[in-house]
Amino acid sequence: MLENPSGFGPGPKPQFGIEYQNLFNRVQIDGVLDRGPPLAEGNENRGKMRFSWLLGLIGNNQLGPFYLGPLGIAAFVCGFIAFEIIGLNMFASVGWDPVQFVRQLPWLGLQPPAPSYGLHIPPLAEGGWWLMAGFFLTLAIMLWWVRVYRRARALGMGTHIAWAFASAIWLYLVDGFLRPVLMGSWSEAVPFGIFPHLDWTASISIRYGNLYYNPFHMLSIVFLYGSALLFAMHGGTILATGRYWAEREVELAVDRGTAVERGSLFWRWVMGFNATFESIHRWAIWFAILCTLTGGIGILLTGTVVDNWYLWGVKHGIAPAYPRVYAPITDPGYLRGVTGSTSLVAPTGAVHP
Amino acid sequence: MSMMNYEHKYRVRGGTLVGGDLFDFWAGPFYVGFFGVTTMFFTIIGVALILWAASLGPTWNIWRISIAPPDLSYGLAFAPLREGGLWQLITVCAIGAFVSWDLRMIEIARKLGMGLHTPIAYACAITAYITLEVIRPVLMGAWGNAFPYGIISHLDWVSNVGYQYLQFHYNPAHMIAVTFFFTTTFVLAMHGGAILSALNPPEGEPVKGGGHEDAFFRDLMVYSIGPLGIHRLGWFCAINAGLWSALCILLSGPFWTRGWPEWWSWWLNLPFWK
Repeated sequence: MLENPSGFGPGPKPQFGIEYQNLFNRVQIDGVLDRGPPLAEGNENRGKMRFSWLLGLIGNNQLGPFYLGPLGIAAFVCGFIAFEIIGLNMFASVGWDPVQFVRQLPWLGLQPPAPSYGLHIPPLAEGGWWLMAGFFLTLAIMLWWVRVYRRARALGMGTHIAWAFASAIWLYLVDGFLRPVLMGSWSEAVPFGIFPHLDWTASISIRYGNLYYNPFHMLSIVFLYGSALLFAMHGGTILATGRYWAEREVELAVDRGTAVERGSLFWRWVMGFNATFESIHRWAIWFAILCTLTGGIGILLTGTVVDNWYLWGVKHGIAPAYPRVYAPITDPGYLRGVTGSTSLVAPTGAVHP
Repeated sequence: MSMMNYEHKYRVRGGTLVGGDLFDFWAGPFYVGFFGVTTMFFTIIGVALILWAASLGPTWNIWRISIAPPDLSYGLAFAPLREGGLWQLITVCAIGAFVSWDLRMIEIARKLGMGLHTPIAYACAITAYITLEVIRPVLMGAWGNAFPYGIISHLDWVSNVGYQYLQFHYNPAHMIAVTFFFTTTFVLAMHGGAILSALNPPEGEPVKGGGHEDAFFRDLMVYSIGPLGIHRLGWFCAINAGLWSALCILLSGPFWTRGWPEWWSWWLNLPFWK
């Protein structure tokens, strides 16, 4: 324990050099590996374990022991099937050319069925593979969820992580299953692939009139940025009080030490309010949960309840008015809707009402 | 009272960066300090300017208020107050307040014998703001390239600037930034959940500790980064989310003027595909 932690007045002064900023482990544990506490009855044995010096630079230097179990095996198998379906379809789409497969990989995708299929099951090559990959991926995720729940219970712990995971699954199911079902078409779902899923993200926003005007999208972004803010604040606080053993959060939550007092007073003095060592983790899990929960609501309403978020914003008086900088231009699509004309060329001099 | 029961012994003098003991006192729970004074100075003036600029606009609807930067034709010059000059002054006040707040955090951290991680993280957020409102507009030659102050109007700015580069999701730095944002949220859920599940076990079970947290993640996914490492990871990801966001918009305009999907053609044209 430092005699004079704040460094003011008489006594030894602490140093504020980079070595005290606690960014890397300077000492790594060597000796007996930790097998962990015993599991509840009915569980299988854990796997092997070893040291990793590289991981030990920033965190624990122990890898494993891993608990596989039947649920884990089933999840891996389902995930592997989904991964293979997607990968082989991509491979097929470049004529099984390995060079082109690597070259075009970011552009390759496995697309959902065309709109004409609605919610029917299409032939494999026309979206059937997409449906099957989605089925196995969903199964893998659900099995993994049960595993997260059961691993917590086997250790006699709460199931908070499983419920946070459930919130992420909610968004996944909305994007790939619930909204397409409500819209009556698999074609509304997200394709598999790196650029293809980004294209879906851009096009759903354009098609439904600017997702930024969707209030649930706004909330989701608030919780996404808020999560980054919270982790910067919380992670920073723990690292900054690491020399007082702040990382022993559970112990300190039930038996406050100087790390808690300093961390709490820091925020109290900065912004007039502080969380506790337990409540900061409630803020954390709720921000993360609400990010995907509100995001899922926002997507579920898009196209089902609201057809154009921009016009929704206009209707509810949130869309700003801007000074007219350019000469008025007629939107050809709008003109066509009014006059019944099929011409895409706007007549000169036409004025937008 | 505004004091915690253990607070008295921590309220010691010193740790200030400037001003010595002059502003070394508290107001209620808040520490003041020289930078508390400058924070208040910039905040009061800045908020007053925002209210003034809003009063010149067509609406008091909170969603529709928009205070725009000067027109592009003003370049990097000062604009008349009603033509974006207020936006310029508000921006100066905002930067003054943000930087003051950060320096005040450093003073408080020093007073409590803490590391400087939170002020460093906040500095990264300020960097992102300054990149958007100062560095990029300066590189592009006009304040008009900065975003306006308004709840919906700044979203319109993000949307419009995104489409200027066709599909902003193809911006590689944007990809990395989004990945860091999602990862931070993901890891935050896991960390918050781990602590809560150790502290709140099922009925009749004793409270668990770090050993159980490690065992849970090792059982589940081979590796547990550990109680100290998780805070390094979260802090690192959160900071990087901000810094890569700053970079992705800094690249757009000053260093890349075409559609972002086109940027990827270097990959398709690498010599070894032939």
